[in-house]
Amino acid sequence: MRLPLLALLARGPAHGYELKQDLEQVLGSAYPQPNVGQIYVTLGRLEKSGLIEGEEIEQSSRPNKKIYHLTDAGREALRAWYEETADEPRVRDEFFMKLALAPQTRLADQIALINKQRRHYLNTMRGLSKLAAAENRDNRMAHLLIEGAMLHLQADLDWLERCQEELEEPE
Amino acid sequence: MSDSPTPVLRAEGLVKTHHGEGAPAQAVRGVDLRVRHGEFVAITGPSGAGKSTLLHLLGGLQRPDGGSIWLDGECTDSYSEARWAVERRKRIGIVFQFFNLVSNLSVADNVELPALLAGVSPKRARAEREELLAELGLGGKERSMPGELSGGEQQRVALARALVNHPPLLLADEPAGSLDSKGTREVMRLLSRFHQRGQTILLVTHDARLASAADRVISFFDGRIADDAELDVVPPPGTGISGVLQLKD
Repeated sequence: MRLPLLALLARGPAHGYELKQDLEQVLGSAYPQPNVGQIYVTLGRLEKSGLIEGEEIEQSSRPNKKIYHLTDAGREALRAWYEETADEPRVRDEFFMKLALAPQTRLADQIALINKQRRHYLNTMRGLSKLAAAENRDNRMAHLLIEGAMLHLQADLDWLERCQEELEEPE
Repeated sequence: MSDSPTPVLRAEGLVKTHHGEGAPAQAVRGVDLRVRHGEFVAITGPSGAGKSTLLHLLGGLQRPDGGSIWLDGECTDSYSEARWAVERRKRIGIVFQFFNLVSNLSVADNVELPALLAGVSPKRARAEREELLAELGLGGKERSMPGELSGGEQQRVALARALVNHPPLLLADEPAGSLDSKGTREVMRLLSRFHQRGQTILLVTHDARLASAADRVISFFDGRIADDAELDVVPPPGTGISGVLQLKD
Protein backbone atom coordinates (compact mmCIF):
# COMPACT_ATOMS: atom_id res chain seq x y z
CA MET A 1 0.00 0.00 0.00
CA ARG A 2 2.83 2.44 0.78
CA LEU A 3 4.29 2.91 -2.67
CA PRO A 4 1.01 3.03 -4.58
CA LEU A 5 -0.08 5.85 -2.27
CA LEU A 6 3.19 7.68 -2.89
CA ALA A 7 2.66 7.17 -6.62
CA LEU A 8 -0.82 8.70 -6.43
CA LEU A 9 0.57 11.67 -4.49
CA ALA A 10 3.24 12.29 -7.16
CA ARG A 11 0.49 13.92 -9.20
CA GLY A 12 -0.36 16.44 -6.51
CA PRO A 13 -1.64 16.82 -2.94
CA ALA A 14 -4.69 14.83 -1.91
CA HIS A 15 -6.53 13.64 1.19
CA GLY A 16 -7.07 10.06 2.28
CA TYR A 17 -10.52 9.53 0.87
CA GLU A 18 -9.53 10.95 -2.52
CA LEU A 19 -6.64 8.51 -2.64
CA LYS A 20 -8.96 5.60 -1.97
CA GLN A 21 -11.21 6.71 -4.83
CA ASP A 22 -8.28 7.20 -7.20
CA LEU A 23 -7.04 3.72 -6.46
CA GLU A 24 -10.48 2.25 -7.10
CA GLN A 25 -10.76 4.11 -10.36
CA VAL A 26 -7.42 2.95 -11.71
CA LEU A 27 -7.59 -0.67 -10.59
CA GLY A 28 -11.30 -1.26 -11.05
CA SER A 29 -13.69 -3.31 -9.00
CA ALA A 30 -11.62 -6.46 -9.49
CA TYR A 31 -8.96 -5.37 -7.06
CA PRO A 32 -9.87 -6.00 -3.42
CA GLN A 33 -10.58 -2.52 -2.13
CA PRO A 34 -8.45 -1.29 0.75
CA ASN A 35 -10.60 0.17 3.46
CA VAL A 36 -10.20 3.81 4.24
CA GLY A 37 -8.83 2.96 7.69
CA GLN A 38 -5.92 1.07 6.14
CA ILE A 39 -5.20 4.07 3.96
CA TYR A 40 -5.15 6.48 6.91
CA VAL A 41 -2.87 4.17 8.88
CA THR A 42 -0.47 3.90 5.95
CA LEU A 43 -0.53 7.67 5.41
CA GLY A 44 0.34 8.13 9.10
CA ARG A 45 3.34 5.82 8.71
CA LEU A 46 4.50 7.53 5.55
CA GLU A 47 4.32 10.86 7.31
CA LYS A 48 6.28 9.55 10.29
CA SER A 49 9.05 8.33 7.98
CA GLY A 50 9.18 11.72 6.27
CA LEU A 51 8.06 10.58 2.83
CA ILE A 52 4.93 12.74 2.88
CA GLU A 53 3.75 15.74 4.85
CA GLY A 54 0.22 16.45 5.97
CA GLU A 55 -1.49 19.78 6.40
CA GLU A 56 -4.68 20.18 8.41
CA ILE A 57 -7.41 22.02 6.56
CA GLU A 58 -10.21 23.47 8.63
CA GLN A 59 -13.72 22.76 7.44
CA SER A 60 -16.62 24.74 8.78
CA SER A 61 -19.28 22.11 9.34
CA ARG A 62 -17.16 18.93 9.36
CA PRO A 63 -14.03 17.71 11.12
CA ASN A 64 -10.70 18.95 9.77
CA LYS A 65 -9.24 17.03 6.88
CA LYS A 66 -5.62 16.42 6.20
CA ILE A 67 -4.13 17.08 2.78
CA TYR A 68 -0.91 15.22 2.09
CA HIS A 69 1.87 16.02 -0.32
CA LEU A 70 5.01 14.18 -1.35
CA THR A 71 8.33 15.29 0.18
CA ASP A 72 11.67 15.17 -1.67
CA ALA A 73 12.48 11.98 0.24
CA GLY A 74 9.14 10.55 -0.87
CA ARG A 75 9.85 11.38 -4.49
CA GLU A 76 13.25 9.73 -4.13
CA ALA A 77 11.66 6.58 -2.64
CA LEU A 78 9.25 6.46 -5.54
CA ARG A 79 12.06 6.87 -8.05
CA ALA A 80 13.95 4.01 -6.39
CA TRP A 81 10.76 1.90 -6.60
CA TYR A 82 10.61 2.43 -10.36
CA GLU A 83 14.32 1.64 -10.70
CA GLU A 84 13.90 -1.82 -9.20
CA THR A 85 12.52 -4.73 -11.14
CA ALA A 86 9.85 -6.71 -9.35
CA ASP A 87 10.43 -10.23 -8.03
CA GLU A 88 9.14 -13.06 -10.14
CA PRO A 89 6.13 -14.93 -8.82
CA ARG A 90 6.84 -18.04 -6.77
CA VAL A 91 5.65 -21.56 -7.30
CA ARG A 92 2.95 -22.15 -4.71
CA ASP A 93 5.27 -23.44 -2.02
CA GLU A 94 2.67 -24.72 0.35
CA PHE A 95 1.00 -26.96 -2.17
CA PHE A 96 4.39 -28.13 -3.42
CA MET A 97 5.46 -29.10 0.11
CA LYS A 98 2.25 -31.03 0.66
CA LEU A 99 2.72 -32.83 -2.63
CA ALA A 100 6.40 -33.60 -2.16
CA LEU A 101 5.96 -34.90 1.38
CA ALA A 102 2.67 -36.77 0.89
CA PRO A 103 4.23 -40.22 0.33
CA GLN A 104 6.19 -39.96 3.61
CA THR A 105 3.14 -39.09 5.66
CA ARG A 106 0.89 -41.76 4.12
CA LEU A 107 -1.92 -39.38 4.99
CA ALA A 108 -2.69 -38.18 1.49
CA ASP A 109 -2.60 -39.47 -2.06
CA GLN A 110 -0.65 -37.29 -4.49
CA ILE A 111 -3.13 -37.62 -7.34
CA ALA A 112 -6.03 -36.84 -5.02
CA LEU A 113 -4.14 -33.76 -3.83
CA ILE A 114 -3.59 -32.61 -7.40
CA ASN A 115 -7.26 -33.13 -8.28
CA LYS A 116 -8.36 -31.19 -5.23
CA GLN A 117 -6.00 -28.34 -5.98
CA ARG A 118 -7.13 -28.25 -9.60
CA ARG A 119 -10.75 -27.92 -8.56
CA HIS A 120 -9.80 -25.02 -6.36
CA TYR A 121 -7.90 -23.25 -9.17
CA LEU A 122 -10.73 -23.86 -11.64
CA ASN A 123 -13.21 -22.30 -9.26
CA THR A 124 -10.92 -19.32 -8.83
CA MET A 125 -10.59 -19.10 -12.60
CA ARG A 126 -14.35 -19.11 -12.90
CA GLY A 127 -14.57 -16.29 -10.38
CA LEU A 128 -12.02 -14.31 -12.38
CA SER A 129 -13.97 -14.84 -15.61
CA LYS A 130 -17.07 -13.51 -13.89
CA LEU A 131 -15.16 -10.50 -12.58
CA ALA A 132 -13.85 -9.78 -16.07
CA ALA A 133 -17.36 -9.99 -17.49
CA ALA A 134 -18.68 -7.62 -14.84
CA GLU A 135 -15.84 -5.09 -15.06
CA ASN A 136 -16.27 -1.95 -17.11
CA ARG A 137 -14.99 -2.72 -20.60
CA ASP A 138 -13.14 0.56 -20.85
CA ASN A 139 -11.02 0.01 -17.75
CA ARG A 140 -7.96 -1.43 -19.44
CA MET A 141 -5.84 -1.63 -16.30
CA ALA A 142 -8.52 -3.59 -14.45
CA HIS A 143 -8.81 -6.03 -17.34
CA LEU A 144 -5.05 -6.44 -17.54
CA LEU A 145 -4.94 -7.15 -13.81
CA ILE A 146 -7.57 -9.87 -14.15
CA GLU A 147 -5.94 -11.29 -17.26
CA GLY A 148 -2.60 -11.45 -15.48
CA ALA A 149 -4.17 -13.38 -12.63
CA MET A 150 -5.80 -15.74 -15.13
CA LEU A 151 -2.55 -16.39 -16.97
CA HIS A 152 -0.79 -17.16 -13.69
CA LEU A 153 -3.54 -19.58 -12.79
CA GLN A 154 -3.31 -21.14 -16.23
CA ALA A 155 0.39 -21.71 -15.62
CA ASP A 156 -0.36 -23.26 -12.21
CA LEU A 157 -2.91 -25.53 -13.84
CA ASP A 158 -0.43 -26.52 -16.56
CA TRP A 159 2.06 -27.35 -13.87
CA LEU A 160 -0.49 -29.50 -12.01
CA GLU A 161 -1.00 -31.33 -15.28
CA ARG A 162 2.74 -31.99 -15.51
CA CYS A 163 2.78 -33.25 -11.91
CA GLN A 164 -0.10 -35.57 -12.71
CA GLU A 165 1.59 -36.91 -15.83
CA GLU A 166 4.74 -37.67 -13.87
CA LEU A 167 3.15 -39.07 -10.74
CA GLU A 168 0.29 -41.07 -12.24
CA GLU A 169 1.08 -44.75 -11.64
CA PRO A 170 1.78 -46.55 -14.90
CA GLU A 171 -0.25 -49.71 -15.23
CA MET B 1 -31.82 -47.35 -12.08
CA SER B 2 -32.01 -43.74 -11.03
CA ASP B 3 -35.13 -41.77 -11.86
CA SER B 4 -33.10 -38.89 -13.31
CA PRO B 5 -34.16 -37.80 -16.79
CA THR B 6 -32.55 -39.37 -19.83
CA PRO B 7 -29.19 -37.74 -20.50
CA VAL B 8 -28.63 -36.01 -23.85
CA LEU B 9 -25.51 -38.07 -24.20
CA ARG B 10 -24.36 -41.20 -22.46
CA ALA B 11 -21.27 -43.30 -23.05
CA GLU B 12 -20.28 -46.56 -21.41
CA GLY B 13 -16.92 -48.29 -21.63
CA LEU B 14 -15.65 -46.36 -24.65
CA VAL B 15 -12.33 -47.64 -25.99
CA LYS B 16 -10.39 -46.44 -29.00
CA THR B 17 -6.94 -47.52 -30.12
CA HIS B 18 -5.07 -45.77 -32.90
CA HIS B 19 -3.11 -48.07 -35.18
CA GLY B 20 -0.53 -45.85 -36.80
CA GLU B 21 3.11 -46.49 -37.38
CA GLY B 22 4.81 -48.14 -34.43
CA ALA B 23 2.99 -49.57 -31.43
CA PRO B 24 -0.80 -49.17 -31.20
CA ALA B 25 -1.74 -46.17 -29.04
CA GLN B 26 -4.72 -46.40 -26.72
CA ALA B 27 -6.28 -42.96 -26.99
CA VAL B 28 -9.45 -43.70 -25.03
CA ARG B 29 -9.32 -46.42 -22.40
CA GLY B 30 -12.69 -47.09 -20.88
CA VAL B 31 -14.72 -43.91 -20.56
CA ASP B 32 -18.14 -43.66 -18.93
CA LEU B 33 -19.86 -40.32 -19.27
CA ARG B 34 -23.28 -38.73 -18.93
CA VAL B 35 -24.22 -35.25 -20.06
CA ARG B 36 -27.56 -33.93 -18.85
CA HIS B 37 -29.83 -31.51 -20.67
CA GLY B 38 -28.67 -27.94 -20.25
CA GLU B 39 -25.25 -28.87 -18.90
CA PHE B 40 -22.06 -27.14 -19.98
CA VAL B 41 -19.23 -29.64 -19.60
CA ALA B 42 -15.56 -29.02 -20.38
CA ILE B 43 -13.02 -31.78 -20.89
CA THR B 44 -9.47 -30.63 -20.23
CA GLY B 45 -6.14 -32.36 -20.26
CA PRO B 46 -2.70 -32.29 -21.85
CA SER B 47 -2.34 -32.64 -25.60
CA GLY B 48 -2.20 -36.28 -26.54
CA ALA B 49 -4.43 -37.29 -23.62
CA GLY B 50 -7.07 -38.46 -26.08
CA LYS B 51 -9.66 -35.79 -25.42
CA SER B 52 -10.18 -34.90 -29.09
CA THR B 53 -10.50 -38.58 -29.94
CA LEU B 54 -13.17 -38.87 -27.26
CA LEU B 55 -15.08 -35.95 -28.75
CA HIS B 56 -14.83 -37.49 -32.22
CA LEU B 57 -16.26 -40.74 -30.86
CA LEU B 58 -19.13 -38.87 -29.23
CA GLY B 59 -19.94 -37.09 -32.48
CA GLY B 60 -19.71 -40.25 -34.56
CA LEU B 61 -16.74 -38.93 -36.52
CA GLN B 62 -14.79 -42.00 -35.42
CA ARG B 63 -16.16 -45.34 -34.28
CA PRO B 64 -15.12 -46.86 -30.95
CA ASP B 65 -13.40 -50.25 -30.70
CA GLY B 66 -15.48 -50.97 -27.64
CA GLY B 67 -18.33 -49.48 -25.64
CA SER B 68 -21.54 -47.74 -26.61
CA ILE B 69 -23.01 -44.29 -27.02
CA TRP B 70 -26.62 -43.26 -26.44
CA LEU B 71 -28.16 -40.07 -27.83
CA ASP B 72 -31.24 -39.08 -25.83
CA GLY B 73 -31.48 -42.63 -24.57
CA GLU B 74 -31.17 -44.16 -28.03
CA CYS B 75 -28.30 -46.59 -28.55
CA THR B 76 -26.16 -45.72 -31.56
CA ASP B 77 -24.40 -49.10 -31.88
CA SER B 78 -26.18 -49.92 -35.11
CA TYR B 79 -25.81 -46.45 -36.67
CA SER B 80 -24.27 -46.34 -40.15
CA GLU B 81 -22.00 -43.53 -41.33
CA ALA B 82 -24.97 -42.02 -43.14
CA ARG B 83 -27.09 -42.13 -40.00
CA TRP B 84 -24.37 -40.40 -38.01
CA ALA B 85 -24.17 -37.74 -40.71
CA VAL B 86 -27.89 -37.13 -40.26
CA GLU B 87 -27.48 -36.90 -36.48
CA ARG B 88 -24.70 -34.37 -36.94
CA ARG B 89 -27.12 -32.21 -38.85
CA LYS B 90 -30.04 -32.56 -36.48
CA ARG B 91 -29.05 -33.58 -32.99
CA ILE B 92 -25.37 -32.65 -32.75
CA GLY B 93 -23.67 -29.44 -33.81
CA ILE B 94 -19.87 -29.43 -33.94
CA VAL B 95 -17.27 -26.67 -34.02
CA PHE B 96 -13.62 -27.43 -34.66
CA GLN B 97 -10.31 -25.75 -33.92
CA PHE B 98 -9.71 -24.86 -37.56
CA PHE B 99 -13.33 -23.86 -38.29
CA ASN B 100 -13.66 -26.29 -41.26
CA LEU B 101 -15.79 -23.88 -43.26
CA VAL B 102 -16.35 -24.59 -46.94
CA SER B 103 -13.86 -22.17 -48.44
CA ASN B 104 -15.59 -21.61 -51.77
CA LEU B 105 -19.00 -20.91 -50.24
CA SER B 106 -20.02 -17.53 -48.85
CA VAL B 107 -20.62 -17.03 -45.14
CA ALA B 108 -24.38 -17.12 -45.74
CA ASP B 109 -24.19 -20.36 -47.73
CA ASN B 110 -21.95 -22.01 -45.14
CA VAL B 111 -24.56 -21.37 -42.48
CA GLU B 112 -27.61 -22.21 -44.59
CA LEU B 113 -26.24 -25.42 -46.10
CA PRO B 114 -26.82 -27.70 -43.09
CA ALA B 115 -30.36 -26.33 -42.72
CA LEU B 116 -31.13 -27.02 -46.38
CA LEU B 117 -29.58 -30.49 -46.13
CA ALA B 118 -31.84 -31.14 -43.14
CA GLY B 119 -34.87 -30.37 -45.29
CA VAL B 120 -35.64 -26.89 -44.01
CA SER B 121 -37.26 -24.57 -46.58
CA PRO B 122 -34.90 -22.05 -48.20
CA LYS B 123 -36.95 -19.23 -46.72
CA ARG B 124 -36.64 -20.53 -43.20
CA ALA B 125 -32.95 -21.39 -43.63
CA ARG B 126 -32.37 -17.83 -44.65
CA ALA B 127 -34.30 -16.44 -41.71
CA GLU B 128 -32.38 -18.65 -39.29
CA ARG B 129 -29.10 -17.64 -40.84
CA GLU B 130 -29.93 -13.93 -40.65
CA GLU B 131 -30.90 -14.21 -37.02
CA LEU B 132 -27.79 -16.16 -36.03
CA LEU B 133 -25.33 -13.97 -37.91
CA ALA B 134 -26.84 -10.85 -36.39
CA GLU B 135 -26.70 -12.44 -32.96
CA LEU B 136 -23.03 -13.33 -33.49
CA GLY B 137 -22.14 -9.83 -34.64
CA LEU B 138 -21.61 -10.87 -38.25
CA GLY B 139 -24.39 -8.85 -39.86
CA GLY B 140 -23.04 -7.47 -43.14
CA LYS B 141 -20.59 -10.34 -43.65
CA GLU B 142 -23.08 -12.62 -45.44
CA ARG B 143 -21.43 -12.29 -48.82
CA SER B 144 -17.86 -12.54 -47.58
CA MET B 145 -15.86 -15.66 -48.26
CA PRO B 146 -14.39 -17.44 -45.22
CA GLY B 147 -10.85 -16.56 -46.30
CA GLU B 148 -11.65 -12.87 -46.04
CA LEU B 149 -12.55 -13.11 -42.35
CA SER B 150 -10.37 -13.12 -39.24
CA GLY B 151 -9.99 -16.33 -37.27
CA GLY B 152 -12.41 -15.12 -34.62
CA GLU B 153 -15.01 -14.25 -37.25
CA GLN B 154 -14.61 -17.61 -38.99
CA GLN B 155 -15.16 -19.37 -35.69
CA ARG B 156 -18.35 -17.38 -35.16
CA VAL B 157 -19.55 -18.45 -38.62
CA ALA B 158 -18.73 -22.04 -37.66
CA LEU B 159 -20.75 -21.59 -34.48
CA ALA B 160 -23.70 -20.27 -36.48
CA ARG B 161 -23.43 -23.25 -38.82
CA ALA B 162 -23.34 -25.66 -35.88
CA LEU B 163 -26.41 -24.12 -34.28
CA VAL B 164 -28.57 -23.42 -37.33
CA ASN B 165 -30.63 -26.59 -36.87
CA HIS B 166 -31.01 -26.05 -33.10
CA PRO B 167 -29.23 -29.28 -32.14
CA PRO B 168 -29.84 -30.39 -28.55
CA LEU B 169 -26.07 -30.95 -28.17
CA LEU B 170 -23.16 -28.75 -29.20
CA LEU B 171 -19.71 -30.34 -29.34
CA ALA B 172 -16.73 -27.98 -29.47
CA ASP B 173 -13.21 -29.24 -30.13
CA GLU B 174 -10.61 -26.65 -29.05
CA PRO B 175 -12.80 -23.86 -30.45
CA ALA B 176 -10.29 -21.20 -29.37
CA GLY B 177 -7.22 -23.27 -30.16
CA SER B 178 -6.20 -21.13 -33.11
CA LEU B 179 -7.46 -17.80 -31.81
CA ASP B 180 -5.70 -14.99 -29.95
CA SER B 181 -6.63 -13.87 -26.48
CA LYS B 182 -9.37 -11.58 -27.71
CA GLY B 183 -10.86 -14.28 -29.92
CA THR B 184 -10.74 -16.69 -26.99
CA ARG B 185 -12.70 -14.31 -24.80
CA GLU B 186 -15.23 -13.83 -27.58
CA VAL B 187 -15.79 -17.58 -28.00
CA MET B 188 -16.07 -17.93 -24.25
CA ARG B 189 -18.67 -15.18 -24.03
CA LEU B 190 -20.74 -16.68 -26.85
CA LEU B 191 -20.65 -20.23 -25.49
CA SER B 192 -21.73 -18.89 -22.08
CA ARG B 193 -24.53 -16.94 -23.68
CA PHE B 194 -25.92 -19.93 -25.60
CA HIS B 195 -25.56 -22.07 -22.50
CA GLN B 196 -27.56 -19.57 -20.46
CA ARG B 197 -30.37 -20.02 -22.96
CA GLY B 198 -30.36 -23.74 -22.35
CA GLN B 199 -27.92 -25.05 -24.96
CA THR B 200 -26.18 -28.25 -23.83
CA ILE B 201 -22.45 -27.97 -24.56
CA LEU B 202 -19.55 -30.41 -24.41
CA LEU B 203 -16.28 -28.59 -24.88
CA VAL B 204 -12.79 -30.03 -25.28
CA THR B 205 -10.01 -27.57 -24.46
CA HIS B 206 -6.58 -27.32 -22.93
CA ASP B 207 -7.35 -23.70 -22.02
CA ALA B 208 -8.45 -23.41 -18.39
CA ARG B 209 -9.95 -19.99 -19.02
CA LEU B 210 -12.35 -21.48 -21.51
CA ALA B 211 -12.96 -24.52 -19.30
CA SER B 212 -13.90 -22.32 -16.38
CA ALA B 213 -16.91 -21.05 -18.32
CA ALA B 214 -18.39 -24.54 -17.96
CA ASP B 215 -20.21 -25.71 -14.87
CA ARG B 216 -18.56 -29.09 -14.87
CA VAL B 217 -14.93 -29.85 -15.71
CA ILE B 218 -13.64 -33.31 -16.52
CA SER B 219 -9.89 -33.81 -16.34
CA PHE B 220 -8.73 -36.27 -18.93
CA PHE B 221 -5.39 -38.05 -18.62
CA ASP B 222 -3.96 -40.83 -20.64
CA GLY B 223 -7.27 -41.86 -22.16
CA ARG B 224 -9.18 -41.85 -18.90
CA ILE B 225 -11.26 -39.55 -16.72
CA ALA B 226 -9.03 -38.57 -13.80
CA ASP B 227 -11.48 -36.17 -12.18
CA ASP B 228 -15.02 -34.95 -12.75
CA ALA B 229 -15.87 -31.79 -10.84
CA GLU B 230 -18.86 -29.48 -10.67
CA LEU B 231 -17.60 -25.93 -10.37
CA ASP B 232 -19.13 -23.80 -7.66
CA VAL B 233 -21.66 -21.22 -8.59
CA VAL B 234 -20.43 -19.06 -5.78
CA PRO B 235 -16.67 -19.05 -5.25
CA PRO B 236 -15.61 -20.51 -1.91
CA PRO B 237 -14.79 -18.04 0.83
CA GLY B 238 -11.20 -17.43 1.80
CA THR B 239 -8.32 -16.25 -0.30
CA GLY B 240 -9.56 -17.44 -3.70
CA ILE B 241 -9.96 -14.73 -6.26
CA SER B 242 -9.13 -11.75 -4.10
CA GLY B 243 -5.92 -13.50 -3.02
CA VAL B 244 -4.90 -13.91 -6.64
CA LEU B 245 -5.57 -10.28 -7.39
CA GLN B 246 -3.93 -8.85 -4.30
CA LEU B 247 -1.01 -6.71 -5.37
CA LYS B 248 1.96 -6.84 -3.07
CA ASP B 249 3.28 -3.66 -1.56
